[in-house]
Amino acid sequence: MAATITAPAPNYLNATKGWKSWLLTLDHKRIAILYMVAIAVFFLVGGVMAMLIRLELLNPGRDLVGANTYNKLFTLHGAIMIFLFIIPGIPAILGNFLLPILLGARDVAFPRLNLASWYIFMLGGLFALYSIITGSIDTGWTFYTPYSTQTDTSVVSMTLGAFILGFSSILTGLNFIVTIHKLRLPGITWYRLPLFVWSIYATAIIQVLATPVLGITLLLLVVERLAGIGIFDPAMGGDPVLYQHFFWFYSHPAVYIMILPGMGIISELITTHSHKKIFGYKAVAYSSLGIALVSFLVWGHHMFVSGQSELAAMLFSFLTFFVGIPSGIKVFNWVTTMYRGSIVLNTPMLYALSFLFLFSIGGFTGIFLGALAVDVHLHDTYFIVAHFHYVMMGGTVMAFLGGIHHWWPKMFGKLYNEFWAKIACGLIFVGFNVTFGSQFILGSQGMPRRYYTYVDQYQPLHAFSTFGSWILGAGFLIMAVYLIHSLVKGKRAGSNPWYSLTMEWETSSPPPTENFIELPSLTHGPYDYDKVLPINVEPDGKPAKLKEAVS
Amino acid sequence: MSQAKEFADETGQEQAGAHAAPHHHPANLAHHFSDMAQQKDSAKMGMWIFLLTEVLLFGGLFCAYAVYRAWNPEIFHNGHAFLDVTLGTINTIVLITSSLTVALAIRFLQVNKIKLAVINLAATIAFAGTFMVIKYFEYMHKIHEGQLPGKFYTFEGMEGTNPHVFFSVYFLMTGLHGIHVLVGIGIITWVLIRTIKGHFSSEYYTPVELTGLYWHLVDLIWIFLFPLFYLVG
Repeated sequence: MAATITAPAPNYLNATKGWKSWLLTLDHKRIAILYMVAIAVFFLVGGVMAMLIRLELLNPGRDLVGANTYNKLFTLHGAIMIFLFIIPGIPAILGNFLLPILLGARDVAFPRLNLASWYIFMLGGLFALYSIITGSIDTGWTFYTPYSTQTDTSVVSMTLGAFILGFSSILTGLNFIVTIHKLRLPGITWYRLPLFVWSIYATAIIQVLATPVLGITLLLLVVERLAGIGIFDPAMGGDPVLYQHFFWFYSHPAVYIMILPGMGIISELITTHSHKKIFGYKAVAYSSLGIALVSFLVWGHHMFVSGQSELAAMLFSFLTFFVGIPSGIKVFNWVTTMYRGSIVLNTPMLYALSFLFLFSIGGFTGIFLGALAVDVHLHDTYFIVAHFHYVMMGGTVMAFLGGIHHWWPKMFGKLYNEFWAKIACGLIFVGFNVTFGSQFILGSQGMPRRYYTYVDQYQPLHAFSTFGSWILGAGFLIMAVYLIHSLVKGKRAGSNPWYSLTMEWETSSPPPTENFIELPSLTHGPYDYDKVLPINVEPDGKPAKLKEAVS
Repeated sequence: MSQAKEFADETGQEQAGAHAAPHHHPANLAHHFSDMAQQKDSAKMGMWIFLLTEVLLFGGLFCAYAVYRAWNPEIFHNGHAFLDVTLGTINTIVLITSSLTVALAIRFLQVNKIKLAVINLAATIAFAGTFMVIKYFEYMHKIHEGQLPGKFYTFEGMEGTNPHVFFSVYFLMTGLHGIHVLVGIGIITWVLIRTIKGHFSSEYYTPVELTGLYWHLVDLIWIFLFPLFYLVG
C-alpha cells in the first residue's frame, strides 16, 4: 500500500520556472494570477485612500488633509476602485482561471490576446499612476465636463488610462464570448453550463457593447482638453449634458459588469455549500441576460437633476424599476436553493450569506433612488454613497471575497485557516455595516457627497462610520495575513475540499497546465446534488467521500 | 523575422507531411483547438465581435452628429457647401473599389491563385493610399482656409452662430475614420508580405479574411460619412 504514494504531478504553478515563464505565459491560469497580483495592489491603494477619506471625516473641519487634497483622494479612490479593481476583478481573475476549466477546454479562444489584455491593463494602470504623480485629478471619477476641461489637474493622463483600460476590458469580454461559444467540450450544452459561466457571458456582452462608447467619450474629452474643440463646452455651442449621456450609457451598464460576475459566484457558492440543486436554473441563467438587457435602458436615472427633459426622466425612472425583476428572481432562487439544503457554514458560504443580506439592502435603496421625487431629495447625498457601496462592496466585493475563498484551494492547492477566515469575514461584515449603514441616515438627513467638512450635527454618525472603516481595515489585514500564510504553510488541499459537483473540482488542486489529465466524465450536471455524491481526492491520492460535509 | 521564418518552416513541414500522413496535425492549428474549422470559426466570431465594438465606437460620434445637426441645422447646411463633392465622390469610388479588390484577393487565395491574390492586395493598398492622399489635400485646404474645429476656427465666410461646430464634428469623424484607414493599410501590408512569403493558401487564409472583414467595415463607415457630410444639405 505504501507504494501507491507517488510524487505529485507537475501543476500549472510549477510546470515551468523563472519570471519569463510568468510574464510571457499564455496559460489562462497564470494570466489570472498575474491579474490577481496587480489587482490586489490596486485594491490596497484604493483601500488606503478610503481609510484616509474616512479619517479626514472623523471631525468637521480639517483633520488630516485640506479640501483640494480631499477632492483628489475621493476621485482617485473612485477611479482606482472602479477601473482598476471592481470592473476587471472577477472576470479577469476568477473568470480567466475558471472559464476554460468549466468548459472542459485547454485555454481561452485567444491566449495571446488574453496576455495582451493584461499588458494593456498594466499600461492603463501606468497612465493612472502617471496622473497621480503629476498633480493627480480632482473631478470625481465621472470626469464631468465642463469642470474636467477646466481644472488644472492631470485629467488627460487619467482619462487616457481609463480609455486604455477599456480596451483591456473589451478584449477580455470578446475572448470570453468566443470561448463560451466555440470551446465547450462536446456534451456541455448551454443548459449544462455552470451559472458562473452564464453570468460571465452576460458580463462579456455588456463589456463588448458598452465600453466602446466610453472609449469615444473619453477620447472626445481628451481632444476637448487638448485642442479646445468645444464639443462639450456650452460657450462654444457644445453640450455638457451630452457628455453625461455618453458617460452613463457606458457607466450604468458598467455597474452590471461589476455585479453580474458576483451574482455568478453566489450561484456557485450557495449550491456547493448547501449541497443542493439550484432552484430554477433557467430563471437564474436568463435573469443574467435580462439584467444585461435592461442595463442599457436606464442610464438616464443618473441624470434626473442634470437637465434632461421631464419625459426622459419619467421614462428612465419607469425603466429603472425593471432592474428589480431579474435581481429579485435571483435572490428568491438563491434563498429557495438553501431551503432544506445541507448547509455548511464554510467561509465562502458566510460571504454568500453576507452578499444576500447586503445586496438586498443595496437593491431596495436603489428603488428609492430610482423614484423621481425621492431622488431629487437624495441626489448627491451620502444616501447615494451608502447605496452604491452596499451594492458594489456589499454585493460585488463580498461575492469576490467569497469566490476567492471558495477557489483558493483550487488555485493554489492550499487550505487557509478556517477559524481566522471566519473571524475576518465577521469583522468585514460588521465593519461594512457600521461604515455604510450610518451613511444612509447621514444622507437622508442631507449630508452632501464630496465635502471634506460638514456641520457639527453630523459628527456622531461620521465618527461612527469612521470607526467602522477601522473594523473593515482590521478584517482585510487579518485576511491578508492568513491567505499569505496559507501559501507558505497551509495544509495541502484535496481535489474537492467543498464536495462540489462543478467540473473544476474534478481535476487536481492546483490543476495541471492542460487543466485535465483525463477529460472529465460528464456523467452529471454541475448541480445534480439530488443524484450524485461528490468525491474529494486527498493529496495522497486517496478518495475521501462526502462525510462530515453532510450530516 | 526569425519567427516568420520558423512559421514558414512549419508550413513547409505541413505540406511535406500532408503527403505522408493525411491526418497530420496542421501546423497552423493552435494547441487548444481540436481542428482547423473550430479555430477558424472562433477567429471569425472574434473578428465580428470586434467589428461590433467599432460600430459602437463610431456610434458615439454618429450620435453626436445627430444631436448637433438637430440643434444647428443652419450650420450643417452652410457647412456642407464648403466640402468638395467631386473629391468626396472620387474617394467613395476609390474606397468601394478597394473593398472589391480585397474580396477578390481572398477569393484568389481560396482557389490557390497566389499571384493574383498578391496583385489584388497590393491594389487595395494603392487605393487606400489614394484615399488618404485625396483626404490630405482636402484637409490642407480646410486648414488653409481656417475651417477648423473649436478655437482654431478662423474662417469668416460662413453664416450662423458657432459655425465651428460643423467642422469639429467633420474632423472628428473623418479623422477617426482616417486613422482606421491608416491602420488598415498597415494590416493589409502585413498580410501582403505574408502572402508573398507563401504563408497562405486555400488551406489557411484566415488572417486575410479577417483583414478583409475589417476593411469592409472601414469602407462601410465612409459610405455613411460621405452622404452625411458632403451630400445632405
